[in-house]
Amino acid sequence: MNIRLNGTDQSVADGASVSTLVSQLTGRRIGPDGRAADGGKLGVAVARNAEVVPRSQWHATALADGDDVELVTAVQGG
Amino acid sequence: MNETTLAGTPAVPETRAVADPFVVDGVTLGSRLIMGTGGAPSLDGLGAALVASGTELTTVAMRRYSPAETGSLFQLLEDHRIRGLPNTAGCFTARDAVLTAELAREALETDWVKLEVIADEHTLLPDAVELVDATEQLVARGFKVFAYTNDDPVLALRLENLGATAVMPLGAPIGTGLGILNPHNIELIVSRASVPVVLDAGIGTASDAALAMELGCDAVLLATAVTRAQNPVLMGEAFKHAVIAGRLARKAGRIPRREHALASSAMEGRAEFL
Repeated sequence: MNIRLNGTDQSVADGASVSTLVSQLTGRRIGPDGRAADGGKLGVAVARNAEVVPRSQWHATALADGDDVELVTAVQGG
Repeated sequence: MNETTLAGTPAVPETRAVADPFVVDGVTLGSRLIMGTGGAPSLDGLGAALVASGTELTTVAMRRYSPAETGSLFQLLEDHRIRGLPNTAGCFTARDAVLTAELAREALETDWVKLEVIADEHTLLPDAVELVDATEQLVARGFKVFAYTNDDPVLALRLENLGATAVMPLGAPIGTGLGILNPHNIELIVSRASVPVVLDAGIGTASDAALAMELGCDAVLLATAVTRAQNPVLMGEAFKHAVIAGRLARKAGRIPRREHALASSAMEGRAEFL
């Protein structure tokens, strides 16, 4: 299926969870609690169709075809 | 110099400034300088400037994650044990600001947010109407709102009454380095506020930060003045001292301004030359 990720088209496996997507992009394993398995901090957040998905829900939230996903992190600014 | 100081009296120890912590939302910060991170050409240079400035709180922006990006600002702040203050820079509406704040809370695991709702890209001035709306919504959602505001004493008090944790009036528009354009308004904001007042934006050089503290601000927030200085590390250090100096001067109590000269040496007991 296809989603929009940070403004570009991206194909992901059918039924992939938010957790899977974050793991693929960051290259880190994500536990069921939405935290990095290595114990470090991830420093990212996800919005799906203009609503924040709390990290505790990443595992249980399946992506759907056509979803609009924003994955953000802290960058220089202010 | 103070005439009553006797020779041999120890100078004011530098620790006096450290013993004067900046407490905001129950958190004690050892520095009254809040740094921004925008405009630095490299992460390494930024890290060195932040360390030189002594800051313990530093703003970050929230932007799309890019796997290609080398180095992480998030990691840099973690390494230097500097608390991150996410901002909503680039938001023009309360809706966008609230969503950005929610993302920041998730990503950085803090409910502190520097709320910026900008009217347009030309002036980068806060949009008062959207700012009030966003402050109300964020406070209701449990955020600790550090509200970036115009140097308007009425608006500042409004934001405080809506539950802002700190009000952050601008000295001058973002990035201009024009200093504090309306010191009277800043003083007025300080005199009426019961939450911390942070002078934010417009600072050009160290004396501007010292002035902000002399006017009674609790802290100063700046980015460009350091990150785009010819020598950011040196300028970071300059601001560290400027904020301490301004704070001490404020607490010490300046002399009143006078119309005419006032001799500091006694006229009595002069030698007479015939």
